[in-house]
Amino acid sequence: MKKFFGLIAIILFLSLINFQAIVFAQSLSSRELISNAKQYDGKLITYSGEVVGEVMSRGEFSWVTINDGENALGVWVKSVLAKEIKFAGNYKERGDNLEITGIFNRACANHGGDLDIHAQSLRKVSDGGVIQEKLNFDKVRLGLILSGALFLIWILILFKRK
Amino acid sequence: MILKPRREDLKIIGFYLGKIILGLALTMVIPALVALCFRELNPALDFFVSIEISVLLGLFLIKICRTDKDLNWMQGMIVVSLSWLVAMVLGAIPLYLSGHWKSFLDACFDAMSGFATTGLGLVQDLDHLSYAHNLWRHLTMFLGGQGIVVIALSFFVRGFSGAFKMYVGEARDEKIMPNVINTSRFIWLVSIVYLILGTLALGITGVLSGMKPVNSFFHGACIFMAAFDTGGFSPQSQSILYYHSFAYEAITIILMVLGALNFKLHYHLWMGNRKELIKNIETRTLFVTVIVTFSVVAVGLAQTGAYPAAVTLLRKGFYQLISGHTGTGFQTIYAQQFGVDWNPLALAGIISAMALGGAVCSTTGAIKMLRIGIILKSFKEDLKRIIMPERAIVVEKFHHIREVFLEDKLARSALMITLAYLILYGLGALVGMFYGYPFLESLFESTSAAANVGLSCGITNTAMPAMLKITYMLQMWAGRLEFMSVFTILGFIFASLKGK
Repeated sequence: MKKFFGLIAIILFLSLINFQAIVFAQSLSSRELISNAKQYDGKLITYSGEVVGEVMSRGEFSWVTINDGENALGVWVKSVLAKEIKFAGNYKERGDNLEITGIFNRACANHGGDLDIHAQSLRKVSDGGVIQEKLNFDKVRLGLILSGALFLIWILILFKRK
Repeated sequence: MILKPRREDLKIIGFYLGKIILGLALTMVIPALVALCFRELNPALDFFVSIEISVLLGLFLIKICRTDKDLNWMQGMIVVSLSWLVAMVLGAIPLYLSGHWKSFLDACFDAMSGFATTGLGLVQDLDHLSYAHNLWRHLTMFLGGQGIVVIALSFFVRGFSGAFKMYVGEARDEKIMPNVINTSRFIWLVSIVYLILGTLALGITGVLSGMKPVNSFFHGACIFMAAFDTGGFSPQSQSILYYHSFAYEAITIILMVLGALNFKLHYHLWMGNRKELIKNIETRTLFVTVIVTFSVVAVGLAQTGAYPAAVTLLRKGFYQLISGHTGTGFQTIYAQQFGVDWNPLALAGIISAMALGGAVCSTTGAIKMLRIGIILKSFKEDLKRIIMPERAIVVEKFHHIREVFLEDKLARSALMITLAYLILYGLGALVGMFYGYPFLESLFESTSAAANVGLSCGITNTAMPAMLKITYMLQMWAGRLEFMSVFTILGFIFASLKGK
């Protein structure tokens, strides 16, 4: 009987650990992570968002910046994994959407106290791409009208001088 | 009897305002060209439209108000006050047209924040902003840091006595050269030389940190402008944290400190007078206040245990402290962390540093080191008077470029401005509390706005009440111009309404 209860206790304990991992494995927002940094410090978490800026290679590892729409968090990821990233968001490009699972650090001892994530795995949720810039014709019209007004003033000034 | 301003006053003000607007329009050509270089069509249009509006307004004012009369003190001060407001509105046009600001008020907030070298921002989706708009945000800091009027004096105005009145109106009462226009040109020379050196240093560091060369040097130029002009904008939403680089942090600290030094001190250093750096009351006071405020921050952070390792505590604490003290506003932590990880003691240290500021005739805002030094010397003098025999003559001196006797007039003036700043910090905090924000956070954000710092503990965002946005904008404006020009314009408005 003792063995049975012992076994049940071990199973319960292991499920609790696993449960915690599952909870943190659900994608957390940057706001949640920053506001409750103490709670998540050193824990395995999942975070997802768009890659922005550029992938900064530092040898074996790289810095990837992931923005979930509220904040951008720095993710320290193996350069081999980072090679999967094809697009990083900027004015002309929409970055790849990634899901990162890794250890969250409230004040990373390896990186000067930065709040960061050390990625263990990386999954591309969706591909980014080039943003096709469409000319805004309202702005073109406004520009032309103002050019006309400036031209008129220039003519008036010339007339006045004569 | 209060005299109503004459039509002639308005004409003179309008004429010189028109010239300054034309100068501003010319500066917008730079981001327009950058937009064309990077093939950003809509941003190019945004700047094209903004330039046209500015030129039209400038020409209109010059033609309607044409005069050959010189400015008097009152007119000079009003031209300065108005030119900062007009610059805010015109500078906000390209920002608003980009679609990255939710309202024109938000765009005006960022334009004022830029020109006043504050660094608080309401931009949306900064990480997708065009090169052109990003450059403009940083350029507003470069222009505002040197002084909008200084630009006009340097390039558009050819020697007239009213120049000095406008120069003083922009909170710069120290002439480096005998002639105020040469002084303005010297300020530009210093800034351009540092721009080249700073951009090179940051650009190379960026490349070594894994950034692509074009991006790296673009970021380098932007970060230099924000650091040397103690502004605090950055091209990415993470501020300096984006770079994850100790070298980047070290270089920006040097640039922030250089920006916080008096341009007159720069002149003496350039002339080989290095002893001035050690003897000057401003650098001595800055050294002492940095140590004192950092000690407070360090004790506070040690209490919270947010940074268990001493090295990380030093790096994070010192960076935010220097950023706050010099009035820059770069952050290597998230705004929310001030509220979560920093305790009231650490926040009090940062608020004090922000309230003190850098040197006079520099690019910083706030009370400034010369005034703090003078006030401390006055205390010392008064203490001596109490301790020493009644017949003893107590004379206090301080070194600021030359030996200066501490006169009551100087102490009074320093105390007056200090008091005005303290009231301004307090008023903003009251408005923040009125809208339900806690006291310390309200004081933090208010001091940051009025001292033109730009550090944020999270209050500044698009969702904050419009009245609070306007309060911070007024604080940035009044804090940057050091009250005199602002009081003059208020007096002018009063005289227009009630005068005879």
